[in-house]
Amino acid sequence: MGIVKKFMNKFLRNVFKKKKHVKLGLYGPPNGGKTTLANLICKDWLGEEMGSVSNVAHETREIHIKEQVNIERNGKTLTFNLVDTPGIATKIDYEDFLKKGMKKEEAKKRAKEATKGVIDSIKWLDNMDAVIVVLDSTDDPYSQVNITIIGNLQARDIPVLLVANKIDLKRSNIKKIESAFPQYEIVGISAKYGKNKDDFYDALFKLVK
Amino acid sequence: MAGLTLQFVPFNQVADMGSAMRVKKLIDIVKQNKIVLLEGRLKKEEEKDLIAITMEEISKKFKGIELAVINPESKDAAMLTKLRMGMMNAIWKNRTGLTIIGPASIVKEIKQNPDKIELLTKENKTKRRKKK
Repeated sequence: MGIVKKFMNKFLRNVFKKKKHVKLGLYGPPNGGKTTLANLICKDWLGEEMGSVSNVAHETREIHIKEQVNIERNGKTLTFNLVDTPGIATKIDYEDFLKKGMKKEEAKKRAKEATKGVIDSIKWLDNMDAVIVVLDSTDDPYSQVNITIIGNLQARDIPVLLVANKIDLKRSNIKKIESAFPQYEIVGISAKYGKNKDDFYDALFKLVK
Repeated sequence: MAGLTLQFVPFNQVADMGSAMRVKKLIDIVKQNKIVLLEGRLKKEEEKDLIAITMEEISKKFKGIELAVINPESKDAAMLTKLRMGMMNAIWKNRTGLTIIGPASIVKEIKQNPDKIELLTKENKTKRRKKK
C-alpha cells in the first residue's frame, strides 16, 4: 500500500475518531477467549457480561457490540464501542460438533452459522479503529489465520494489541507468540480469572490513545 | 493405498488474473481434492478473501482448507539480506515464497515454523516435511 494511501487511512481514521466512539475489535481464531475477554472488560466497567462462552468452538457466531464502554486509568477515561467477533477459521466441519455431543441437526446449524460468522468477521475487519488479537497461548501461534489477520491489519495501518490468553494454564507459552510476532507488544492474560488484567488495561490505553 | 495429488501453480499462470479470479482458480483446484503449491504468495487482501470465499463454498463435500505460506523473509536475516529480499519483492511482486493450500478433508494440519512446514494428512497421518 502506498505511503499516501496509508497516510489518508490514518488521517481519515483520526477524523472519524473525533466524531464518534472508537470501534475496538476483538479478533482471533476460534476458542482463543475473545468473548471471555469481552466479558471481563464488560464486567469490570459495565457490570454485565457480553456473551456466552463454551469449550465448543464457534460459540460466538454473530458480531456483538457493546456501546460506550468507559475505562478509567490514572485519571483518564477511554471510551470505545467493543466489537466481539466470531473466530476466524479456514475450515468448518459439522462432524466436529457431533464429536462434542451435539445432535446432527444442531451441529449442521452451528456449522452453517459459523461459516457466516467468519465471513462477517472478515467484512468487519476494515471498519475497526483498533484491534485486540486474542491468541490462545497454549496453541501454536504460527497459523496462517493469525498471520493473515495481523497482516491485513498491518496493511491497513490499524493499531493492534496481541493478547496471549490462558496464561493460567501450564502449557501456556508467551515466548512462542513473542517470537512469532516480534514487532508487536504482547500482553499475557488469563481472561477467565482476570490475571494480569491491569497490564492489559494499561496496554489498551496505549493502543487506543 | 490412497493417492495424494499436488498441483504446482506457477506464478505466471495467475500473474495476470484479477484478485477474485486468482482466488477462485485456487479454490477450484482445492475442491478437486488436490493440494495446491502456488509459486509465490497471495496479497494480504487476497488471503483474507480466500478464507471468506472458502466459507461461502463450504458444503457436505467441501469442509474448507488448510493454508500455509513459506516466506523467505526472515526477521533474523542480516540487513543486507533483508534489503536484497525487499528489492526482489519490488521487482517480482509476490513471486517469492510458496503458498500451500490443501482441502481440509485430506490435510489435517499444516504446522508452520519459520524454517519448515509439516503437512499432516488425514488418511495415514504421515508427515511430509518441506525445508526452506
